[in-house]
Amino acid sequence: MKLKLRIWRQSGAEAKGRMVEYIVDGISEDASFLEMLDVLNEQLIAEGADPVAFDHDCREGICGACSLVIDGQAHGPQAATTTCQLHMRKYRDGDVIDVEPWRAGAFPVIKDLVVDRTAFDRIIAAGGYISAPTGTAPDAHATPVAKQDADAAFAAAACIGCGACVAACPNGSGMLFMAAKVAHLARMPQGQPERHTRVLGMVAEHDASGFGGCTNTGECSAACPKEIGLDVIGQLNRDFRKAAAKAA
Amino acid sequence: MSADDYFREGDPVADTKAPSGPISERWESRRFSGRLVNPANRRKLRVIVVGTGLAGASAAATLGELGYRVSNYCFQDSPRRAHSIAAQGGINAAKNYRGDGDSVHRLFYDTVKGGDFRSRESNVHRLAEVSTEIIDQCVAQGVPFAREYGGLLDNRSFGGAQVSRTFYARGQTGQQLLLGAYQALERQVAAGTVELHTRHEMLELIVVDDRARGIVVRDLVTGEVSTEIADAVVLASGGYGNVFFLSTNAKGCNVTATWRAHRKGAYFANPCYTQIHPTCIPQSGDHQSKLTLMSESLRNDGRVWVPAERGDDRAPGDIPEAERDYYLERRYPAFGNLVPRDIASRAAKAVCDEGRGVGPGGLGVYLDFEAAIGRLGKDAVEAKYGNLFDMYERITGENPYERPMRIYPAVHYTMGGLWVDYDLMSNIPGLFVTGEANFSDHGANRLGASALMQGLSDGYFVLPNTISDYLADGPFEAVADDHEAVAEAREAVNDRIEFFLNNDGDRTVDSFHRELGKIMWEYCGMERTDEGLRKAIGLIGDLKDEFYKRVKVTGGAGELNQQLEKAGRVADFFELGELMCIDALHRTESCGGHFRAESQTEDGEARRDDEQFSYVAAWEHGQTGPVLHKEDLVFEYVKPTQRSYK
Repeated sequence: MKLKLRIWRQSGAEAKGRMVEYIVDGISEDASFLEMLDVLNEQLIAEGADPVAFDHDCREGICGACSLVIDGQAHGPQAATTTCQLHMRKYRDGDVIDVEPWRAGAFPVIKDLVVDRTAFDRIIAAGGYISAPTGTAPDAHATPVAKQDADAAFAAAACIGCGACVAACPNGSGMLFMAAKVAHLARMPQGQPERHTRVLGMVAEHDASGFGGCTNTGECSAACPKEIGLDVIGQLNRDFRKAAAKAA
Repeated sequence: MSADDYFREGDPVADTKAPSGPISERWESRRFSGRLVNPANRRKLRVIVVGTGLAGASAAATLGELGYRVSNYCFQDSPRRAHSIAAQGGINAAKNYRGDGDSVHRLFYDTVKGGDFRSRESNVHRLAEVSTEIIDQCVAQGVPFAREYGGLLDNRSFGGAQVSRTFYARGQTGQQLLLGAYQALERQVAAGTVELHTRHEMLELIVVDDRARGIVVRDLVTGEVSTEIADAVVLASGGYGNVFFLSTNAKGCNVTATWRAHRKGAYFANPCYTQIHPTCIPQSGDHQSKLTLMSESLRNDGRVWVPAERGDDRAPGDIPEAERDYYLERRYPAFGNLVPRDIASRAAKAVCDEGRGVGPGGLGVYLDFEAAIGRLGKDAVEAKYGNLFDMYERITGENPYERPMRIYPAVHYTMGGLWVDYDLMSNIPGLFVTGEANFSDHGANRLGASALMQGLSDGYFVLPNTISDYLADGPFEAVADDHEAVAEAREAVNDRIEFFLNNDGDRTVDSFHRELGKIMWEYCGMERTDEGLRKAIGLIGDLKDEFYKRVKVTGGAGELNQQLEKAGRVADFFELGELMCIDALHRTESCGGHFRAESQTEDGEARRDDEQFSYVAAWEHGQTGPVLHKEDLVFEYVKPTQRSYK
C-alpha cells in the first residue's frame, strides 16, 4: 500500500519542530508500524536525508520504549496495543497518517519522535520499591499471598512504563503510571511496611518533575496498552490521604 | 584448506578459581576462601557495571547495597527496558514445593545433561544451589508470581523437565523479575550508591597494567565521548543473537561491549553455541525486523503437527486426523511435544525441508490447541495463555482459538560468551562478565527458564561474593585521563566514529546487517556443515570489505544518531560472525545447539564426540587470526551419555 505520512521533525531539544510530509510505497499489510518507518528511513538515507529518530527496542510490546502519537492517539488506533505491535493491516492504501512524539511538559523532546522519560525513573527511585536487600529474604513460602491479591497486584504491575498515559492526559499527569506501582506494592503483604512513605515520596517526586494533576478524565487508562485500570488511581488517592493524615 | 588454517592452537586455559572437594561444598568453600572487603573500605572502591538487565541491575543494586560505589550504564532510555524484560516463560528453582522429586542435585543433573555435557559441573551445581535463594529474594521484593488458591506459589513444568520447578508470573516473568531488580537498583540510586548513566553505550574497554580499569562511553544524546576509570568492570551486556539480524532479541541488543573486550584480550568462549527457539512466529516478508517468540509453555498443551503428505495445502481444519503427522509425539514418545529446544527446532526444520511445512514459503509448523480446548475448555486455555494468543493474533491477524498457530524456529539465546572462571572473572584481571554475556553455565544448550535463573544468580548472589576477592587488593592506583591506555582507547572510539561519518558510501547499515544475517542463518544456523561454514567465512569476509567501502551513515557525531550507533554494532557483528563460523567449523561434533550434519546418529540425532571435544573452546583475538585455548571439562558427578528423549 501507498501512504502519506506527516511526521514531527525536530533536530534537537532546543530546535523548533514541524510536521514534514513523506510518501512511502509498497508497504505490506503484514508489516508492523515501526517496520513501515524502517522502510521510510532506508528511503531517506538513500536520498541522503536525515532518517527519523524514534525510540524502539523489543518490538514485542513489553519493553515500553516505543512511543508515538499516531493520528492523535498514543500508540495509535488499536486498543491494548503498543506501536510496535500495531500492524499495517489496520490501514488502507492512500491513508494519511500523522505521527508525533509524546507531548507532555515532563517529557521534553530530544529529537524527532524521541522524548526524555527519565522522570519516570525518578518517581520509582522516590519510593517505588520494597526495601529487601539481597540475601535477607525469608523462605518464599513464609508469607502466603491470597491468589486474588497476587492477581490484583500483577494486574497493576503489568505497566510497561511507556508513558502513553501521560501523553493521553490533557493535564500531562503521570498519575496512572505512579498509581500502578503504588497499587502493585500495596496489594502485596511485603509492601505494607513502606506503604505510606512510598506514596508520599512518589507523589512529591511526580509533582516536582512537572507532571500535571489528575482530574479523572480517564484518558490514561483508555490509552494504556496494558489496560491498567483506573482503580489503581483510587487506591493511590486513598493511600495518599491516609499517609498524609498520619504524617500531619 | 584444513580447518586449522583459520586459526592456531595456543596453550590450554584453566579455571584456577574452581574449588575441589565434594561438589555440594564447593560454593561454600569458595565463599569462605575468597577475601572480603571491610565495609569501610568498600566506599573507596568503584565498580562499573555495563548493562541493566537481570544480571546487570541485580549486580549493581547488590554491590550498591554492600557499600561499593557503582556506575551503571545502559544504552536504553531506562534500565527497565533491558531485554530481560521480554522473557515470558519462567524461572527454575529447586524448591521442590510440589514434592515431585526435585532437588538441587536433580536441577544440577538436568542442566548438565540439557547442556549436552559441555558445561562445568562446579558452575552448574552452584547455579542449582543458588536458585532457591533467588525465589526468596524476588518474593521479598514483591514480585507478583502466580499463586494457588491457598496462597502458595504455583509452579509449572517447562521445556523438557519432568518436574514442576518453574515459577512464573503469567507470560511476563522476565518483566516482573526485571522490575524487581530495577526497583532495587533505583532504591540504590536514591541512596547515592549507584550512579546511573542511561542512553550511554560502552564502546571500548580500558586496560592498564593488565587490569581492566575502565571504559569509554558515548553519550547517545549529545554524542560526547568520555571515559570512566574504576577498580573493576562488570559486563552484563547480554547475548549476540542479533548477529543473525532476525532473532527474538530486541533491536538494540548487540555484542559491542563484549567484543571490544575480546579485542582487548578477553577470551570469547564457544561462540558457535547458539540456541534456536522452536516456537516463534514465522517470518511474513522482507520487511521483517525481528521475530517474536511465543512462550515455550505453549508446548505443554499445544500439539505440534504438519500434514503427512508434502504439498498438502488444505486449511488445517480440513486435514483429517489420520492425515496429520504429530511428528514430535511420533518420534519422541516419552517427551512428545516437550522435547528440549534444540531437538524441537531441528525436527521442525526437518519436516519443512521435506516440503511439509505450512504457511508462507513452507516455513512453519502447526501448534494446535484444539485438543486442549476440548479437554480443558476454552476459558481454561484462555486463562493460561490468553495474552500469548492475543499477541499472536495482533501479529498474524489469525485467531489461534479457531485455527492452529503457525510457528517456526528462530534464534533466541546465545550460550557462548566471554570466558570466565568460577569467580565470573575473565582472563583479564578485573573484568567480570555475568548473565548471557558470559559462557558459563548452559553448555551447548540452555534449558527453558534457566536464563532468568542464571542472570539473577550471577547478579544477586555470585558476583557480589566473588568480586570482593579481587577488590580486596584495591583501590588500585589512580589512572590519569591522559594515561596512554586511556588516550588510546578514546582515540580508537573517535577514529571509528569519524570513519563511519566520513565514509563515502551508498548502502545503509541495515542492508548489510540483513545480508550478514542471511549468511549466518543459512550456514551457521540450525544445521552446519564443513562446506557451508567455509563458504560462510568467505562470504562474510567479502561482505565485511564491502561494508567498509560502501556503508553510508548520515548525520553528525554530536547528536542523537541511531545510524551511527548501528554501524558500530554491525561492524562488530561481522568479526563475531567470522569467529562463530570458525568455532563451528573446528568443532566437528554435534552437541546441543551446535548441529554438524556430518556428526549424527542413524536416526538423525546429534552425535557428540567426547573423546575429542569435551572442552571449552576459548578464543583469543590474535593479530594474525584467532588462537584457540582449550579448557578440558571433567565430569565427576554426571556421566556423559548420549542424550535420548525417546
